[in-house]
Amino acid sequence: MLDLLPVLRVLGILLMVFALAMGLPLGVSWFQDDGVWRVYPLSMAVTLGLGLLLWLGLRRHNRELLPRHGVMLVTLVWVLLPLCSMLPLMLAMHQVGRPISFTHAYFEAVSGLTTTGSTVLSGLDSLPVSVNVWRTFLQWVGGMGILILAVAVLPLLGVGGSQLFRAEAAGPVKDTKLTPRMTETAKGLWGVYAFFSVTCALAYWWGGMRPLDALMHMFTTVSLGGLSPYDASFGQFQSPLLEAIAVLFMLAASCNFALYFVAVRKRSTAGLWRDPELRATLAVLIGGGLLVSVLLWVKGAYAPLQALRYGMFNVVSIATTTGYATADFLLWPVFVPVFMLLLSGVATSAGSTGCGIKMVRVLILLKQARREMTRLVHPRAVQPVRLGNAVVDHPVIFSVLAFMLVYGGTVIGLSMLLLLTDLDPVTAFTAVLASVNCTGPGMGAVGPASNFSVLTDFQIWVCTLAMLLGRLEFLSVMALLAPSFWRR
Amino acid sequence: MKIIIIGAGRVGESVADSLVSEHNDITVIDTSAARLRDLESRFDLRGVVGSGIDPAVLAEAGARDTDLLIACAAEDETNLVCCKLAQRLYGIPTRIARVRTSGFADQELLLGPEGFAVDRIICPEESLTRYIVRLVEYPEAMQVRDFAGGRACLVSVRARAGAPMVSHSIGELRQILPGVDMRLVAIYRRFQEEPDRFIACDGTTRVEPGDEVFVLAASEHIAQVLAALHRRDGQSERPVRRIMIAGGGEVGLRLARQLAREKARFHLKVIEELPERCVALASELPSEVLVLQGDTTDEDLLAGESVEETDLFLALTEDDEDNIMSCLLAKRMGARRVLALINRRSYADLMHGTQIDIALSPAQAMLGELLAHVRQGDVQAVHSLRRGVAEALEIVARGDRKSSRVVGRKVSELSLPPEVHMGLIVRGLPLPGEQAPEAGESQVIIPHSTTVIESNDHVVFFLPHKRLVRDVEKLFRVGALFF
Repeated sequence: MLDLLPVLRVLGILLMVFALAMGLPLGVSWFQDDGVWRVYPLSMAVTLGLGLLLWLGLRRHNRELLPRHGVMLVTLVWVLLPLCSMLPLMLAMHQVGRPISFTHAYFEAVSGLTTTGSTVLSGLDSLPVSVNVWRTFLQWVGGMGILILAVAVLPLLGVGGSQLFRAEAAGPVKDTKLTPRMTETAKGLWGVYAFFSVTCALAYWWGGMRPLDALMHMFTTVSLGGLSPYDASFGQFQSPLLEAIAVLFMLAASCNFALYFVAVRKRSTAGLWRDPELRATLAVLIGGGLLVSVLLWVKGAYAPLQALRYGMFNVVSIATTTGYATADFLLWPVFVPVFMLLLSGVATSAGSTGCGIKMVRVLILLKQARREMTRLVHPRAVQPVRLGNAVVDHPVIFSVLAFMLVYGGTVIGLSMLLLLTDLDPVTAFTAVLASVNCTGPGMGAVGPASNFSVLTDFQIWVCTLAMLLGRLEFLSVMALLAPSFWRR
Repeated sequence: MKIIIIGAGRVGESVADSLVSEHNDITVIDTSAARLRDLESRFDLRGVVGSGIDPAVLAEAGARDTDLLIACAAEDETNLVCCKLAQRLYGIPTRIARVRTSGFADQELLLGPEGFAVDRIICPEESLTRYIVRLVEYPEAMQVRDFAGGRACLVSVRARAGAPMVSHSIGELRQILPGVDMRLVAIYRRFQEEPDRFIACDGTTRVEPGDEVFVLAASEHIAQVLAALHRRDGQSERPVRRIMIAGGGEVGLRLARQLAREKARFHLKVIEELPERCVALASELPSEVLVLQGDTTDEDLLAGESVEETDLFLALTEDDEDNIMSCLLAKRMGARRVLALINRRSYADLMHGTQIDIALSPAQAMLGELLAHVRQGDVQAVHSLRRGVAEALEIVARGDRKSSRVVGRKVSELSLPPEVHMGLIVRGLPLPGEQAPEAGESQVIIPHSTTVIESNDHVVFFLPHKRLVRDVEKLFRVGALFF
């Protein structure tokens, strides 16, 4: 366990930096005068104090981070940061006289940081505005990855940067260094993220949102999070223009940010459109949206244009793992919600802010399957799996297969666990799926019109675990549980 | 002409072989003394042991008064540096380098006098690929050679019984294919128990089944000419679709890549023996190309991949024996047409007229480009035919009636040797350095005894024997008055 000490030291630094993030809701609270501003300095002090304690107490253990440390740090950060970020939530809710339990607060914080967007709170419209800002801001921070941000802005993580990057970045191929130095890569990715954020906020503002609404929705749009400060979610605005803007930015955020980074560097978008993953992602999202729109129209749910508006927005929102809703899609033909939830598992790219299986893994598996079919006809054929012009190495294919197995195993295992608590099958399965894919709303009792507060505490913990596993892509968390990880 | 050849590998050897017979002073530089001794014993040339990038070695080889340097060592680097040395230190006027890396072609900055100073790049693999691609386009032909920048072609084809033009005399051909400008320049007839023999052609010569016929025609008429000589009456055209390439070496890769560019036109399979090479091939080629790992002479593999439905089977490995065997095997199993790459001349002769439809010598495909530089006069293109015995030559008439012995004269007035046939004339091509004119401005003329040759006419000859080259070159040489 002594091995853990240098990791905890870095964690201390991260906590101290994270405490600064609470300045945003503090400022909002102060200027909007929503009456809960006192909770933020308190939470900040606690977080800062904890961080300082770890850092000062362990400052002699400033060893360089090894790969195993990266895995530990990532998991620790994703477990501990929600603890700190739930403090303002709990205190503020207590202050306005609607106290929430530890379980619910932790769930809310994890749902925020993992960009899931499920909530256990109701009456969102009447919450203090700074609480809503804090919830949505958490999603924005978690969207691109906390540690990737840390690598970008904290030079003290040093060489270990690439280990952290690997452990946190989503997708099967993680060796693609875009720049010689990992810090530059992380900076570039966050630069792209920041650019999208600013344009998205401006677009919302231009489209008619109040500045604060624009800010909060920007936080949850570009991070594909989907928390909303309103009970009616995005339906609050009833504005086709805003919905179109949201669809546009959700589509942009569901593609690999590294591609944008490269496109900016080369000053050419040619490589962008040639990327097979980007094409597949956009094709699936837009094609799925059109399919659902046609279905809604044919089944008589809406007039053609309305069908396109609702179909496109909700499909893109759910499938990109965002989770906004403009309609209660459980009232639509049953094919639609199931289709959207299944899409949410696959329709985002690696290196985007979305979660789930990732399109690149699906492509690799499809190509692998096609290769097996060719082999039946031509037993001697040599046919490497290719994405674009790059050959996918065998270890990557195996890791994708392993990932799929773990993904399926996790979904089934956690669903069974929920069934054990007498939840109905549809709710159980979709709650786990929506949590693992970091989507948000499921079906049944956790559909878009209700929220996760109907679940018992145990069920909430299961969903919390599912969200963390899904965000960190299972294996790095599970590695910690393996005895061999601790054997030296 | 004094020539230095760097590198005595396979390419160097065939270059030396073809140049040595044309009264050139040849010096070959190579690091292997044994290899040079072998060449010296077989050809009339001098060997210098050493590295081509060593100035002292070049000096010893007589670089100071050399006219032509041909760098064809195995590595591109050596060849490029040799050319630079030859220009800087010795001022050798013409420098040719073998460069495999494709990025160098048409890079004036790299190849110009300030760069590596290479006048011309040759890449045997690329020449061979181009050559085979033409054969894929015209599957009936045994060879297709371009003249005048692709405006005219020389094709050779095996006459087949039942085809419209076969069993008719040459004089009747005009009626059979009206409106097609073509000239039948040579016939090689097959006889029992002896190699094919050249038959001089005049209006009364009959085309017999089994003859190898050489025809010159404008490139747009090639398909018609081939059909008239090879396809039975009424038989519809069957384009090449399924191609099997045995051997995924450099040539196989280039060919597959080029053929795969026209998506959906060809159905390509490449067989390669080395597993690592297979992976490299499969990664480089588009995914429509099927790469198979196995022995090219493996009957089960060929049967499993339905060789009987193949339109064209190309054996392109490095190994002559493998190529011959896999071609024979494929032919017996039902492949429609087979082509074997055969390096050794004796094998090529041996295989001629057997079941192998086309026996291709890699050297032949490349040498034309080189020979054009060695020849005197304004020779534009040279194609070595019949394993170097015969030759087709494109030469430009320059000057006027006073300075030239051909310009302004009728064909019947020229003092050509009797065996030499003037094939055709391409008129109206741009002068070197001029912008290319609009397409269609140049015309292909079939010369008659009364045709008058003009300046800047590109005249294409078929020479049944190489020794006639000199006479033609001499005839076209411009007199001193021209300058």
